[in-house]
Amino acid sequence: MTTARKLTMAQAIVEAIRQEMERDTKVFVMGEDIGRYGGIFGATGGLLDRFGPERIMDTPISETAFIGAATGAAAAGLRPIVELMFVDFFGVCMDQIYNHLAKNTYMSGGNVHLPVVLMTAIGAGYGDAAQHSQCLYSLFAHVPGLKIVVPSNAYDAKGLMTQAIRDDNPVMFFFHKGIMGLPWMAYFEGSTNEVPEEAYTIPFGQARIAREGTDVTIVSLSQMVQKALVAADELEKEGIRAEVVDLRTLVPLDVDTVVRSVAKTGRLLIADEDYLAFGMSGEIAAVVAERLDRFALKCPVQRLGVPGVPIPYSRPLEQAVIPQVSHIVDRCRGMLRTGLAKAA
Amino acid sequence: MEPTTEQLMWMYETMLLVREYEETMARVYLEGKLPPAIQKGLAFDIGSGPVPGEMHLAAGQEPVAVGVCAHLRKDDTVVGTHRPHHFAIAKGVPLESMTAEIFGKATGLSRGKGGHMHLFDPAHNFSCSGIVGASLPPACGAALAAKMTGKDSVAVAFFGEGAANQGSFHESLNLAALWKLPVIFVCEDNKWGISVDKDHSTAIRSNADRAAAYGIHGIAVAKNDALDVFAAAGEAVARARKGGGPTLIEVKTDRYMGHFQGDAEAYRPKEEVEQLRKNDPIPGLGDRLRTRGLLDEARDTAIRDKVRERVRQAFDFARQSPYPEPREALEQVFA
Repeated sequence: MTTARKLTMAQAIVEAIRQEMERDTKVFVMGEDIGRYGGIFGATGGLLDRFGPERIMDTPISETAFIGAATGAAAAGLRPIVELMFVDFFGVCMDQIYNHLAKNTYMSGGNVHLPVVLMTAIGAGYGDAAQHSQCLYSLFAHVPGLKIVVPSNAYDAKGLMTQAIRDDNPVMFFFHKGIMGLPWMAYFEGSTNEVPEEAYTIPFGQARIAREGTDVTIVSLSQMVQKALVAADELEKEGIRAEVVDLRTLVPLDVDTVVRSVAKTGRLLIADEDYLAFGMSGEIAAVVAERLDRFALKCPVQRLGVPGVPIPYSRPLEQAVIPQVSHIVDRCRGMLRTGLAKAA
Repeated sequence: MEPTTEQLMWMYETMLLVREYEETMARVYLEGKLPPAIQKGLAFDIGSGPVPGEMHLAAGQEPVAVGVCAHLRKDDTVVGTHRPHHFAIAKGVPLESMTAEIFGKATGLSRGKGGHMHLFDPAHNFSCSGIVGASLPPACGAALAAKMTGKDSVAVAFFGEGAANQGSFHESLNLAALWKLPVIFVCEDNKWGISVDKDHSTAIRSNADRAAAYGIHGIAVAKNDALDVFAAAGEAVARARKGGGPTLIEVKTDRYMGHFQGDAEAYRPKEEVEQLRKNDPIPGLGDRLRTRGLLDEARDTAIRDKVRERVRQAFDFARQSPYPEPREALEQVFA
């Protein structure tokens, strides 16, 4: 019998890890403040009490060592889950990630398997400035060899985390702070939803239609899906029916679901919290553009993302560069107007 | 090395100033962050109120900042950490523009672009970073610049004991030793790297011992005492100015508040801070000043009134200042 209850995204992630650790003794967790503290963003809460310090390991602030050690331990047959608190902190250990973790399977001709899950917090919106507010999933998606998971809600987070732990490849799992359901940070309540108690997986590369619509497709992921859903509610009051596509994973990317939706609506807005240039939003626009022999757009593709600036600290500046619900609404309205003008 | 009367009084007053600043910030930071003003169901909202984001306060760690900065000139460089206010204040960063920066105001050091963990004051050769271990390499750079341009200025990198396990620590020590750079590496050992204590993060007891691995001087300051820090730093700064190369100092200091404000600190016993506060270094120094006849009640009261007024003025200035215009977000990416 399936029992579901409402969980926050943090609780859902913890449950997935706990169940996989119970299922497979090769799974263990290491990272900064993941033990006694339970993870700064609650992604490992209670695991130390359940599994003890041999499998739930607080590390020194030595990311090159412990993330490199995850690669080594995985090559030796274990299945490490590693948390590095903020995605902004990966700079100090990038070599171990993009030259080793991401490449060793390929460079070994497929002879080395690295079942590592790297999880980290992303996102702005609470005034933490340029070194604690980035998303950067596009940076890692750019590097071949890393699967990129970016959930928008608790149900997906559990299924995707279970899938990540069982995957025989390096998986990076990005959770946005503003949807974790933490008691100390405002969050979008749509991210806290019904989660089955039983373990389940959500295959990578399967986007979800978070809301059906006919007038404009909003392609998004992570917290921005929650913003897009709020925007879609507002747009509906004006008679604009937006379809919201939640990518769930960037690598692999579900091109078919995106293209099918855009072919249906004829309008594409990509809403992203990562930097606008050379990233996710450009990639989605490109895969759609490559298929324009199959269908026509009613107006040019539009993109929302952080313009080419670091995330500013001051609240009015931060709110200006991070796409908000109102920005999504305005863009969709504008796109519908463009379409109408052309039709007339 | 014995401090002059002027240095003694400066250290005492600056420690009081830092403490008043941090305690005021702790109060102001909570404004607008508690129920019922916030999203229903939350206990605290980090993004609300006049000062958003994380807030790392240095109450208890004042001796490290003043004991070192008492030896520094304006043209000496200080690179601080994510917990930077005591260093900034001791280096002479103006309280008004620093506080305005922390409020995200247009009158701030960086017109609100940097915030509490990213204070930049080139006029006082001060900067800091929110990344652990990030202070050491740029301090080496400032020292290299002094050496290459024939100046006798020095650079100081402050960092926590947790940062001594970063690659940047070891690489910087080697580089500075190899090139005999006029740099002083000052480790604040407050025992805690967020929730992980030194026994669980560091293979040896004293980071000062690590100096031996790079053939440089290492000094362990066992007490959270401004005069002990002053003595150690005096030797190190003098050596650096004379071309004698780098020094590594580790000071045992105390973190009275959480890693960040709002940290429930479930990881450390409640009594620990009570115990630490019994050895508060500020009254300790005050007593010694009294013994030397440098301080009496009237003088003490006057100093305390003065620092309270300075902090009040800085916070008033920050509150009354305007926010930057949203369009400014797109400016200054490049020079």
